[in-house]
Amino acid sequence: MSITVVYTIVTLAVIGAVAAVILYFVAQKFKVHEDPRIDEVDEALPGANCGGCGFAGCRAFAEACVKASNLSDLNCPVGGNDTMNSVASLLGLEAVKKDPRVAYIRCNGTCDNRPKTSSFDGATTCAIASSVYSGESDCQFGCLGYGDCVDACDFDAIDLRSELGVPQIIDDKCVACGACVDACPKSLIELRKKMPKNRKVVVSCRNQDKGGVARKACSVACIGCGKCMKECPFDAITVENNLAFIDSDKCKLCRKCVAVCPTNAIIEENFPPRKVKPEVKTEIEPAK
Amino acid sequence: MLKTFKIGGVHPPENKLSKDKKIEVLPLPKTVFIPVAQHIGAPATPVVKRGDEVKVGQVIAQSSSFVSTNIHSSVSGKVKKVDFAADSSGYPKQGIFIDVEGDEWVEQIDRSNDLVKEISIDGPEIIKKIQEAGIVGLGGATFPTHVKLVPPKGMKAEVLLINGVECEPYLTSDHRLMLEKTEEILVGIQLLMKAMNVDKAVIGIENNKPDAIKLLIQKCKSYNGIRVQALKVQYPQGGEKQLINAVTGKEVPSGGLPIAVGAVVSNVGTAFAVYEAIQKNKPLIERVVTITGKGVEKPSNFMVRIGTATSELVEAAGGVPENTGKIISGGPMMGRAIRTLDVPVTKGTSGILLMKNEEANRGECISCIRCSRCTAVCPMGLEPYLLMTLGEKQIFDRAENERIMDCIECGSCSYTCPSNRPLLDYIRFGKGKVGAIMRSRKK
Amino acid sequence: MSNLLTVSPSPHVHSSDSTQKIMYRVVYAMIPAMAWGIFMFGFDAIRVGLIAIISCLAFEYLIQKYLMKVKPTVTDGSALITGILLAFNVPSNIPWWIIVIGAMAAMGIGKLSFGGLGANIFNPALVGRVFLLISFPVQMTSWPVNRLAEVDTVTSATPLGLIKEGISNGIPVSQIQGLPQISDMFLGIGGGSLGEISALLLILGGLYMIWKKVITWQIPVSILLTVLVVSGAFWMVNPEIYVNPVIHLFTGGLMLGAIFMATDMVTSPMSPKGQIIYGIGIGLITISIRMFGAYPEGISFAILIMNAATPLLNMYIKPKRFGGK
Repeated sequence: MSITVVYTIVTLAVIGAVAAVILYFVAQKFKVHEDPRIDEVDEALPGANCGGCGFAGCRAFAEACVKASNLSDLNCPVGGNDTMNSVASLLGLEAVKKDPRVAYIRCNGTCDNRPKTSSFDGATTCAIASSVYSGESDCQFGCLGYGDCVDACDFDAIDLRSELGVPQIIDDKCVACGACVDACPKSLIELRKKMPKNRKVVVSCRNQDKGGVARKACSVACIGCGKCMKECPFDAITVENNLAFIDSDKCKLCRKCVAVCPTNAIIEENFPPRKVKPEVKTEIEPAK
Repeated sequence: MLKTFKIGGVHPPENKLSKDKKIEVLPLPKTVFIPVAQHIGAPATPVVKRGDEVKVGQVIAQSSSFVSTNIHSSVSGKVKKVDFAADSSGYPKQGIFIDVEGDEWVEQIDRSNDLVKEISIDGPEIIKKIQEAGIVGLGGATFPTHVKLVPPKGMKAEVLLINGVECEPYLTSDHRLMLEKTEEILVGIQLLMKAMNVDKAVIGIENNKPDAIKLLIQKCKSYNGIRVQALKVQYPQGGEKQLINAVTGKEVPSGGLPIAVGAVVSNVGTAFAVYEAIQKNKPLIERVVTITGKGVEKPSNFMVRIGTATSELVEAAGGVPENTGKIISGGPMMGRAIRTLDVPVTKGTSGILLMKNEEANRGECISCIRCSRCTAVCPMGLEPYLLMTLGEKQIFDRAENERIMDCIECGSCSYTCPSNRPLLDYIRFGKGKVGAIMRSRKK
Repeated sequence: MSNLLTVSPSPHVHSSDSTQKIMYRVVYAMIPAMAWGIFMFGFDAIRVGLIAIISCLAFEYLIQKYLMKVKPTVTDGSALITGILLAFNVPSNIPWWIIVIGAMAAMGIGKLSFGGLGANIFNPALVGRVFLLISFPVQMTSWPVNRLAEVDTVTSATPLGLIKEGISNGIPVSQIQGLPQISDMFLGIGGGSLGEISALLLILGGLYMIWKKVITWQIPVSILLTVLVVSGAFWMVNPEIYVNPVIHLFTGGLMLGAIFMATDMVTSPMSPKGQIIYGIGIGLITISIRMFGAYPEGISFAILIMNAATPLLNMYIKPKRFGGK
């Protein structure tokens, strides 16, 4: 009995030792020499592998950073300036400060605002629905509401809101990786500058039809009237193809445009309620 | 044993409600909308502007490249505007709106019904005239016919196959055309044979049209080189590759053109249009459209001017039934659902199908039970269940290896799936993505 | 128009077939064999059948509703089939709680742990059966006598059991006692599990399923032919230690397995070529276990092993593509 145990232990030990020797030599033979800084940079990154930087994952980004002579073209949108600063200090380079961004879905065509004129029956993805036709409502630019952006988001930062028909970005979870921007077949999603307290003033519409057509399809469509452009003191608003656009880098959140918009296409979010001014129509979306 | 293609296929209920209805000429509409992109290839360029007077048969949009074709005015009147409006694709497309005034034709067009048998011009001239007349494949694919007739370098056409299969359920426009314009079609076929310089042509007709088979067999005796082949009823026999396989037994190689096995396929409607273009100088300005559906009061076949709104057709067939749930431009297997009746009839519109509410929606989609019926019915020998999964999970490199690009989008898989899975939806999506990847690789 | 028009991608028509209809056709195909089982084994067969069916349906419902938190799919008919097949695979005098445990293994381990209908790798009923065979070998292999038997004992052995025992004791095949006539085996006048005894009625069910296009001929035919050919070859070499191939064909669970279990759509290969390879594999493993293994019957193990090979077959055995290559 005891001799069997001894044999077993000895045999296993010998096998283990032989395997260890083999493994050691194999490891020596196939050793890949890698810049140790790649590991260090990789450590400093968030590790979400979202691809928001334009590389296949955090490690690929780390390799690019180590190879790069300056960091001006490289940015980790998830980690933001803090991460890029620590990467820069690891590599002895200068970090370029970038404004944090947040995604926004520029459509407010909820079921109430944008009546359905047909119903879609097929595989429920935006990509497939948009390959068949322009959508269930008369607006051919608006959100389809099947949530390809929700599926694309690795950070659980988009709420499908299927009862309303248009998803919403959860600002605090959004890391501006841009996956949803690519996923949206209607190109509705924009990465905008992140403002204090997540405040935003934005034209929540992409409809490029002429005013009458747009308005008929959706009660909160931008009709391209240009009033906001004239009102804006900072030249932040442009109107092109019957559609206004607010440049978030120029906008100072004065909200003058919101007041003049005849269709309430311009939305203000996360502001405290306005003082009562009965003649000005305002629409404030409730904070989440 | 009747011939048919070797792999897969389904047999949906035929429902040819309008097969005994003679082709009627639809009254002229008040206004038409003629899209400039009614064919595969580059859209034509409009050459008229607002306020211009046009005649029937006048070119209103010019072919913009080799794979493109002319668009002619189908009515006479005044151009209202050149603007965008939705066509059957569901997206706004550029087109020409014309307010109809009278019915004045370009002088050279012979409007009589006399049969002209003698062929007075040679091959290259025929091709040139086909190109000018704006003729495209009228079976639904709308590929410019003149492109098909010019084989790529080093290839030679041996046989012309004429598609009289009409395998789509409900549709009867080709069937009626074969019965009523028999000799015209045969002359058209001879013109195509001359253009391609081949001495053999085979008309493939499914066995559910015995009257057309009998009539054509009898008439084609006096035309050299034309023969009729009766085929077993099997969808998608009207697909180019399937028809070639059914008639000649040859398989077009993966990714290849029919010309690779020496065949060129044309529709009977196209042959008729060729006859009219060459013998009568009449460009492609009208076509036969079937208007049908189980709830439709008078299922009919109409000769319709291109650009006529679908609503006019539906009115002529007795109006939209109360419980209509879906309207399809084309047949039920490959047609497109349209969302309004404002959509115009284009060169590719073979039929308008009105489906009842209870037929309109798909059944509940449940799990795949791996019954392999989709694999069994796929006429291209693909595995639709696998391609769907690869499309859904966006694994495009493997989808390409599994030959997703061979899919002809016939819909047999989705038709058959007992779990109502949207197989073709995802395969089509995958095809689009894989196609884009392949094109970007070539660059 | 009173409502919104529907827009969807083509095709716009659908065949009248549905998964539920397919499932119920399988159930119809099993009715003759079930009726024969009830006739032969009396009330016990009804008892076993009902317990198996009800517990399979109940486990599917309960697990889907409370553990997986999805919409239960008990009405699709698949759990019903599993229940009937499980009943077919046990002796009719088995205690009720063993059936319930088998049903739990079948539905819980065999089917729902993989994600439910369509996602399972192994045939659920066979998982249940093998689970029971290993856990309760005595109860699973003591068969009751049927009403046509002319003996006084309470339990009987199956022909395969008799042969295995005889051969291992060195008795030539021709002298093994108690083997029924081949015609009796074919008709189903013999001992065995509830649903496996009558080859004739199982074949009838199989023909019905092939006619209704529920299954294809490839799998059953390739299994049966392989068994016939291999056992025939051995038999011709030495008929003293190897039994007549026809006996192999009509005894044990081979017919039931080849027609109803191996053809389970979810766990069998997709392409006809793959199905033939799968069938040959099952045939070879079955006959190897029967001739050389420790168990008298091997079809269950054979099917489970080839189930595991199915994804591989799907991966490498492709249908004939149009246009060559």
